[in-house]
Amino acid sequence: MSAAIEIQGLTKDYATGFWRMKKKRALDSLSFEVQDGEVFGFLGPNGAGKTTTIKLLMGLIFPSAGTARIRGTSIEDVEMHREIGFLPEQPYFYDYLTAREMLDYSARFFSMRRAERRERVAEYLERVGLTGAADVQLRKFSKGMLQRVGIAQAILHDPPVVFLDEPTSGLDPLGRREVRDIILDLKKRGRTVFFSTHILPDAEVLCDRVAVLAGGKLQGMGTPREIMSIEVQGMEIDFELSGAGAASGALIAGATRVGSAYRVVVSEAELYEALDELKAAGARIVAVTQIKPSMEDYFFKLAAQGDPAAKKISHSIDLPGDVSANDVSRRRGR
Amino acid sequence: MRAAGIVALNTFREAVRDRVMYNLIFFAVLMIGSAVLVGQISVGIEHQVIINLGLTAISLFGLVMGVFIGVGLVSKEIEKRTLYALLAKPLRRWEFLLGKYVGLFITLAVNLLVMGIALFAALLYVDRTVVAGDGQIVTGVYFILLQLALVTAIALLFSTFSSVMLSAVFTICIYVAGTFAVDIKSIGALTGSAGLGFVTKVIYYLLPNFGNFNVIGAVAHGTAIPGSLVAENSVYAAGYILAVMLVAAGIFENRNLK
Repeated sequence: MSAAIEIQGLTKDYATGFWRMKKKRALDSLSFEVQDGEVFGFLGPNGAGKTTTIKLLMGLIFPSAGTARIRGTSIEDVEMHREIGFLPEQPYFYDYLTAREMLDYSARFFSMRRAERRERVAEYLERVGLTGAADVQLRKFSKGMLQRVGIAQAILHDPPVVFLDEPTSGLDPLGRREVRDIILDLKKRGRTVFFSTHILPDAEVLCDRVAVLAGGKLQGMGTPREIMSIEVQGMEIDFELSGAGAASGALIAGATRVGSAYRVVVSEAELYEALDELKAAGARIVAVTQIKPSMEDYFFKLAAQGDPAAKKISHSIDLPGDVSANDVSRRRGR
Repeated sequence: MRAAGIVALNTFREAVRDRVMYNLIFFAVLMIGSAVLVGQISVGIEHQVIINLGLTAISLFGLVMGVFIGVGLVSKEIEKRTLYALLAKPLRRWEFLLGKYVGLFITLAVNLLVMGIALFAALLYVDRTVVAGDGQIVTGVYFILLQLALVTAIALLFSTFSSVMLSAVFTICIYVAGTFAVDIKSIGALTGSAGLGFVTKVIYYLLPNFGNFNVIGAVAHGTAIPGSLVAENSVYAAGYILAVMLVAAGIFENRNLK
């Protein structure tokens, strides 16, 4: 597999202050590669530098240092844009155009003939569920509908690499699912998808790998599983007791009643021991669920890590203080 | 270059959809109204009055259109973020600028053409005939077009780095100063100060000399416009526009679209 996107030392400083003498670093020596055919998630809280990175790659802003190549072509070369599709964050298009006209306008830049354009536009309107609104002016479109137009214009010319900036934000559950399906379909067809999001479940479902950005720095990179697995706060066991008062033990004594069942939280290491204890006490296990920190917890931890060099997320990363093993133990029998 | 053409056509379409052409209705009403009125109140000079009024109105309508659409050509696209998806396509920034400029130029040219025809229609209504000297009106309209092409380029230049409001103010200031460029030079010479004379001379040469394009009075009086002036004005406008567009492209090529 070759690299679809190569980023080396990409840095962006903005001049600030009245005399524009001060500098604010929005992105700091970002380096990574995205392989051909990968679905790559770019995660981070707001202001992490995700959009800055994408804008740099799209040539909308210029790097203070560093380079990037897409399919071997420098981002400075306009020909690179034939190879990519781009959905901006909260896209806005010419509101005097209809969805069909907007897509036709986009297709024209890729030297498609009129018949091909007509066919392709109809196909992609169908694909994003806008056939019924194809001839409505975009000024009458909702945010979600504009997002769909944005996705359609990004993939209409079937580019090998697609950049999507927050593609699922602002969409209803159905819309989010449709976007996920589109991304999965792109993956199935061997396209490289680079998308930024702050919605962790999306990344978990879709991505082969993710990079996490906070404070303009790469905080970690790996598969979603690697990232999520280190963050398990504990295991939640739901169980039922067959006979009231029949069971005893510290675990059961500390369990919380939830409807007709009971719930107890233990650390991952203690899971099997706890299950044995419950079974021995005559409990019927209803469900065992991993407890993961919220997205906010995760990013808060990364942002609080200070200034570490970009590193591979591994199991050696400590759990944040508020989700430590000790804490899980403390929560036993809440 | 092909990409610039795509942008130009869309810019023209935007003007049409945004009902910019509605000004033609106002112009038509103005022409019909003045033709009827002038026919009643002026004796012997209806012809001159109609041409004078018509060309002045064409110039004003065009100027308002050129400035107010021109200043938004780039800055509006940045503010509304419509530019982001566009520049991710195989479209160079200078091609985008050129496309926007040409699109507005086409809009202005179509407007001027229709207004010019309306002016002829008003003349025909008043005089019941068109005389050979009326051909000068075409030259008058052409000069207005050159002037508007220049103003639009200046508006576009400001639009590449400034807000819509500031760009409009800057462009109007340049237009006013350019209209009185000759007077600025004269003031410097009149003071007798070598330093001030030099400064006003530099300003004179830097400013677009819009006075060169004003032939409304001559056309109204049927004075022949020399071919050399047509050639000089054409070359001057083309050269100035090229220079302004190059500066605009230089600024825009390096601008961070935050």
